[in-house]
Amino acid sequence: MTISADHTAHPDQASQAPAEDALTEAAKKFGITAEDYMLPARHQIEMVDPDGRLKPQGEQGTEPGHEYPLPGDDELLAAYEQLVVGRRVNDQNSALVRQGRMAVYPSSHGQEACQVAAALCLSEGDWMFPTYRDAVAVMTRGVDPVQVMTIFRGDWHSGFDPLQHKVGIQCTPLTTQLLHAVGVAHAAKLRGEDTVVLAMCGDGATSEGDFHEALNFAAVFHLPVIFFVQNNKYAISVPLAHQSVAPSLAHKAVGYGMAGERVDGNDVVALLAVLDRAVKLAREGSGPLLVEANTYRMQAHTNADDDTRYRESSEVAEWRAKDPVNRMRTYLTERGLLDDDGEARIREKAEAVATQLRDGLSEDVPVDPQELFRHVFEKTTPQLKEQSALLADELARDAASSQEAGK
Amino acid sequence: MSPTVTNSSEANGNVSAATARAAASAAATAEASGPQPVTMAKALNTALADAMHADSSVLVFGEDVGLLGGVFRITDGLTATFGEQRCFDTPLAESGIVGMAVGMAINGMRPVIEMQFDAFAYPAFEQIVSHVAKMHNRTKGAVKLPMVIRVPYGGGIGGVEHHCDSSESYYAHTAGLKVFTPATVADGYRMLREAIDSDDPVIFMEPKKLYWSKDLVDLLELRSAHSAAASAGESSEGRAAVARPGTDATLIAYGPSVPTALAAAEAAALEGRSLEVIDVRTIVPFDDEAVCESVRKTGRAVVIAEAHGFASVSSEIVARVQERCFHHLAAPIRRVTGFDIPYPAPKLEKYYLPGVDRILDAVDDLQWEN
Repeated sequence: MTISADHTAHPDQASQAPAEDALTEAAKKFGITAEDYMLPARHQIEMVDPDGRLKPQGEQGTEPGHEYPLPGDDELLAAYEQLVVGRRVNDQNSALVRQGRMAVYPSSHGQEACQVAAALCLSEGDWMFPTYRDAVAVMTRGVDPVQVMTIFRGDWHSGFDPLQHKVGIQCTPLTTQLLHAVGVAHAAKLRGEDTVVLAMCGDGATSEGDFHEALNFAAVFHLPVIFFVQNNKYAISVPLAHQSVAPSLAHKAVGYGMAGERVDGNDVVALLAVLDRAVKLAREGSGPLLVEANTYRMQAHTNADDDTRYRESSEVAEWRAKDPVNRMRTYLTERGLLDDDGEARIREKAEAVATQLRDGLSEDVPVDPQELFRHVFEKTTPQLKEQSALLADELARDAASSQEAGK
Repeated sequence: MSPTVTNSSEANGNVSAATARAAASAAATAEASGPQPVTMAKALNTALADAMHADSSVLVFGEDVGLLGGVFRITDGLTATFGEQRCFDTPLAESGIVGMAVGMAINGMRPVIEMQFDAFAYPAFEQIVSHVAKMHNRTKGAVKLPMVIRVPYGGGIGGVEHHCDSSESYYAHTAGLKVFTPATVADGYRMLREAIDSDDPVIFMEPKKLYWSKDLVDLLELRSAHSAAASAGESSEGRAAVARPGTDATLIAYGPSVPTALAAAEAAALEGRSLEVIDVRTIVPFDDEAVCESVRKTGRAVVIAEAHGFASVSSEIVARVQERCFHHLAAPIRRVTGFDIPYPAPKLEKYYLPGVDRILDAVDDLQWEN
């Protein structure tokens, strides 16, 4: 643990660099005004169109200071593989819910490009703070798929160790996790580590108070946090127009003195380009950034929801034509980077993960009732010891009487 | 790399320089050995400084805690001694303060954060209930949150609305939180050090009307006693104290109500009645053993708390004592609590707060004629 504890010895090392100076510096770096740096480009960044064609550079939405190099072929192939696996995971999980093996699954079907890019843009030492809909991002980060699904399988709340994977547990109370991301980044910064933290939320969540507090804290303390908003157009049933009348969600950044960008959330090429750059800038000390991904929730909120009550099927069909997986397959095939063998190999991998999920979630996992008391505190209380003994006694008597009945 | 991020070699140098200064300042604050008149505020301030000196992962932040030293001056001098990276002001947002502390605790720090007043902590309620209280459990102990949320609470200072709430019941009702509240200057020091040492999150309720009350204490001795206890892995968490021994009835109180209970016991003594006063100290975990031992001995009990009585810590205490001591009771347990009304305006608070007369009336009602 190393923290600079003495500001009097280094008067120039105030804990907070004035955001204004940092932005001026960033603007200087790109030769544009601070306002032009903070405001998103006039159009969203889109590199590969829905038909899988690479757009001419002049039509990618880039502007001076908002320029994005095309990611390398290896990165794109790796991303495609994860897109196919992610889609399979989404559809397998939804099937498991229909079969009654899982209580609920908020699917990210249609948002796989966002999921994959969010994980692939980070380095090993970085952190991610996902929401309940970001299971595919967590798996792409390398967490065991069955462990990720434990929260929905129902035998415990979190199936993986957040510290081991540097992934926060999938968060349900909207945007509360953004502040945890800010705290993780702040602690790392105080120790002089170059950790970048990616904090995820949806469009509806931008109405929450913690969204505001997290962005403001990150900006004021000049922390390397990337706020990644997946604008999938609906908060359960409520469309974005009821959440915000801002020109875009990315425009919210400027109010905090940070830079924002809009990106086609179904174009994994553009997503990787924008997020890779955001991670690089944050690591170099740019402070926080806000990236809004323009995407669509193709299925209902969860299996318990009926989306025909609040949206037209024609709207869903429109977005089906913008599918992130098909688009990438066309692009890579036409570039000669993907052939039938490559496709078959990837599908095989996806199938293996699906099998792993089916097996893992069909398994009747034994639960230990005593675990109810074991983890409430690091140092337990006499009251919990008493209650634990009470339950143990109750179970022992149940066991004795069923044994009796069996005789 | 931003100029505010120090590299580790610099930071190391800074820590040792500051450590020497902190030690010197700590020694200066403790001054001469032997008991001295010390305020609760000073004891809490010294506890924070000592904890920051002992462990560089201890960070203090909140609203006005930096240059100003907190509106109650509990963090006075910490920024000067330890620097702006270890004691600093945040934007004015309580959920942000608690949420950021959660992230810092996840990432190896021990944040000690200040909610400026009891009622100002409510915006942070979701973070406290949904994350601070649950993180350890939901991750099966993989993620510990060693953080302390300091909450100045209670009335008796003539404060205007939103500045005098007794909010301890909300926290005590939430599984996964520990709730401490000191009533003496020595406990102010000892319990805050223990709260900071704890790997469980602690809501540290500071009775604001006792901030300026003085006891004769030896801070040097408290410091070395804490060091000795901490290295032996001992803590007074979960232990109530007998604030005044007695034989006829038990007054059970905590935080701001302990001095009131002691005054009532003093007055009762003049009337020939010997009252034992129990200082609960840590509401969670609750010391059933000590409280029940006293009630079994005296056979009579009055629970005293400033908070509204309905569905509160005081009702919990009555329920617990009744379940465990029913056959030792000579009379129903009485409560003297705040009325079930929003905290009154300053000129009316004397009618609301439990006072000596109301406590003595309750004691008189304990069926002595039997």
